[in-house]
Amino acid sequence: MNKLTDTLGRFGGVNLLPVALAAIAFVLIGAPSSWVTLTIAGLSMGMMVFLMASGLSLVFGLMDVMNFGHSAFISFGAFVAASVLAALGGWLDSDSILLACAALALALIAAIAFGLAAGLFFETVIIRPVYRDHLRQILITMGALIVSEQIILAVWGGTPVTVPRPSFLDGAWIIGDVSIEKYRIFAFGIGAVVFAGLLALLNRTRVGLLIRAGVENREMVESLGFKINRLFIGVFMLGSALAALGGAMWAGYETLITPALGGEMMIVVFIVVIIGGLGSIEGTLLGAIIVGLTANYIGYLAPKLALASNMLLMMAILMWRPSGLRPAVK
Amino acid sequence: MTQVKVTYGALAIKAVMIMIAAALLFAPFLFQDVRALEVAARICIFIVLVASYDLLIGYTGIVSFAHTMFFGFGSYGAAIALKKMGPGLDAVAVGTLAGVLISLVIATVIGLVSLRVKAIFFAMITLAAASVVLVLASQLSQLTGGEDGITYRAPEVFKTANKLMVDENGKVVRWFGVKLNGKLAGYYFVFFTSLTLFLIMLRVTVSPLGTVLKAIRENEARAEAIGYRVVAYRTFVFCLSAVAASLAGSIYAVWLKYTGPDTALSFAIMIDILLMVVIGGMGTMWGAVIGAVLMVMAQYYLRDLMGAASEATAGIPLLPELLAPDRWLLWLGIIFILLVYFFPRGIAGTLMTKGQRD
Amino acid sequence: MTLLSVKDMKANIDQYAVLHGISFDVPEGGVFVLLGRNGAGKTTTLRAIMGLWQPSAGSVTFQGQVIAGMGTADIARKGIAYVPENMGIFGGLTVEENLILATAKGKFDKQRLQRIYDLFPAIEKFWTKQAWSLSGGQKQMLAVARAIIEPRALILVDEPTKGLAPSIVAAMGEAFREIAQTTTILLVEQNFNFARSLGRDMAVIDDGRVVHSGSMVDFAADKALQGQLLGLSA
Repeated sequence: MNKLTDTLGRFGGVNLLPVALAAIAFVLIGAPSSWVTLTIAGLSMGMMVFLMASGLSLVFGLMDVMNFGHSAFISFGAFVAASVLAALGGWLDSDSILLACAALALALIAAIAFGLAAGLFFETVIIRPVYRDHLRQILITMGALIVSEQIILAVWGGTPVTVPRPSFLDGAWIIGDVSIEKYRIFAFGIGAVVFAGLLALLNRTRVGLLIRAGVENREMVESLGFKINRLFIGVFMLGSALAALGGAMWAGYETLITPALGGEMMIVVFIVVIIGGLGSIEGTLLGAIIVGLTANYIGYLAPKLALASNMLLMMAILMWRPSGLRPAVK
Repeated sequence: MTQVKVTYGALAIKAVMIMIAAALLFAPFLFQDVRALEVAARICIFIVLVASYDLLIGYTGIVSFAHTMFFGFGSYGAAIALKKMGPGLDAVAVGTLAGVLISLVIATVIGLVSLRVKAIFFAMITLAAASVVLVLASQLSQLTGGEDGITYRAPEVFKTANKLMVDENGKVVRWFGVKLNGKLAGYYFVFFTSLTLFLIMLRVTVSPLGTVLKAIRENEARAEAIGYRVVAYRTFVFCLSAVAASLAGSIYAVWLKYTGPDTALSFAIMIDILLMVVIGGMGTMWGAVIGAVLMVMAQYYLRDLMGAASEATAGIPLLPELLAPDRWLLWLGIIFILLVYFFPRGIAGTLMTKGQRD
Repeated sequence: MTLLSVKDMKANIDQYAVLHGISFDVPEGGVFVLLGRNGAGKTTTLRAIMGLWQPSAGSVTFQGQVIAGMGTADIARKGIAYVPENMGIFGGLTVEENLILATAKGKFDKQRLQRIYDLFPAIEKFWTKQAWSLSGGQKQMLAVARAIIEPRALILVDEPTKGLAPSIVAAMGEAFREIAQTTTILLVEQNFNFARSLGRDMAVIDDGRVVHSGSMVDFAADKALQGQLLGLSA
């Protein structure tokens, strides 16, 4: 048994879970072409959820702050991007791929910029006064979430909003009898780039070093002469911007969004960070991929159980590892 | 522990409590219209619901977002039983019991798995669990009626047509102009069961158990060190409050004769409970009463006011949008945040210490 | 010349008063030892100096400047380093990363690094290892190395010998003697022999108060006083 765990550990340990999941699903699904489609859908959903969840995880790791209003950034990102895309509808419809790309880029940048600004506001006004008080933190961020959702309702209304997307991302590639939606590959690509960027930030820069150190021991980072609060504002803004980007990507994926989007994704995000272990980017990615794959496989095999299956998965993993699969070192 | 002194604030709260109790007791006679009776019944139910939530958040420091889930188990239990078994007290009993059992099992599982982890995890897990149940309830439409919910008939005794007392002409007897019919019996069923549940919970908070809970809330590590099994206590309280919420749900289902996601499961109810407990004051059972009374009244009457304000400001951009009755949660949310910042002890908690000198 | 002066410092943890008024002066140069029983308030004193705990009253002056009430980062930048009881190393970071984080500019001064290699050869040996994989003694060396990688006026060290093997304690003593030639050390210690071998001046804290202060030589000679204040059997 020990030997087995050792061998497993050498090949990646818990990182093998998604592979195992995919293998089991392959057997259960039976049809290889459906399996490929579902796996790609799962990976791309995982990447988008990763964008939404990474900030939450880092913020918690660094400051022990849990922002229940995080989903507001997701919703705002989605709606801001949708509005920009709608306003630039002419560019999207034009024949020029360049203009369509520019519209898409502007929409994503607008979401990110909004996320940065909202993050700054949120951190300084909402969270700062309740840094060390978990109970009030939960209540206040929940209150902020209520207000944000109401603002979205007031601004964009309760009816579903259509999200136009550039025509070059519509449709699918057909390889053999496998169909691969272009947008999913695009979403996966963006997620992968952000993940690589975050890894580089954390492992190759001094700020990243500070963040990793801060996640482990905040007081010691202060004792070395660094103001952790400034670092925290930065991380919080980054996390909010990523959540907004994730929301924007999700909006393009769903093409029809309602103000309930943030709340729905929040549940998935919570499950992801709990499964992955709070405070680590790698853990969050792992959790997101697992949840994305599970959601798609189960959605195909037993549609009604999709959300419940993630919940059960979370309970099972918590019983096995109470702090998640790959928590940050504390 | 500081000695509890009787303060002006505490006296004021006692007076308010007596007034509320009296108003609820005589509600059918004091406010003789249908809507007012609905409000009174809803207040009774929410007092139980909020008090049971306060057992968690105020007395134990646990934040759960699954309280409506247990409320829903009770509601749906009674509703499904009434639908399938026909209107009768036996159906109410079976449904209530089923709701309580399901609540108990789920609460135990959630408690044992997640109460050993951080408070924040617990909040996240309960939130996830509640959403899953909400989704399931809308998907299992054969059983739950899906988004439409279930309509059913109340037990014979609580029917408006049921005459509790008849005069010599076979007409229903009136007291002070109020017909002694099933509706009245229904209200008093709600009132007295709620009162009983509330008193039981009040008793729990002053029992040795309540003292242990406070010790755990103040300093978990120390309570653990003294030898209290913190997880066991927390799970117990979580179960207790789940059962109380479930019972409140069953009572409400009997009263409303309708159960659906909006009345029994939606996250909006959870937000209502949170607002009530924070506005009233955490950690004081009286706070639950004050919060429930204020919020339910506001729900029914403030919306009318906002509607009028919205119409009055029709010409101004965005403002009518923000003042629309549907946006009232926006304002409550803002009030909620301000309360948590500036009066974390709520109305009851703040009042209690008024006039007290250390 | 007084480097650090603590005057009538009081502190509470929750509702309990932990420090009832601590006063002592740390002169520049050498090792100043804070002695006292478990729970006397030594660690809280260091944390309060470092700004990690807000004292409720009293003043802390460093190089003639009041530092009480300042943020920890600002206090650190005045030239105070802190080696906490749990060593506070970053386990997920490598030895190199732990040290480079403590440098002011993000790069090493060759001479200072060489000095650290000389003091603690293990640091060079385990340079690329993640810090959690080090032994207790090596972690302690890393923690001390991190405190002196930049020139500091004062380092606060909390029980560096706790749980270490005697040979490592001896090596640690050597290192502190060497460090003390250029940097003042405020040392909290339970191991009286270790403290006596290093200390020039000392103070004893008991129940949140300074009950004795003076030179280490005098205190070491007074067995009765030791017995009374520290509960040591003569």
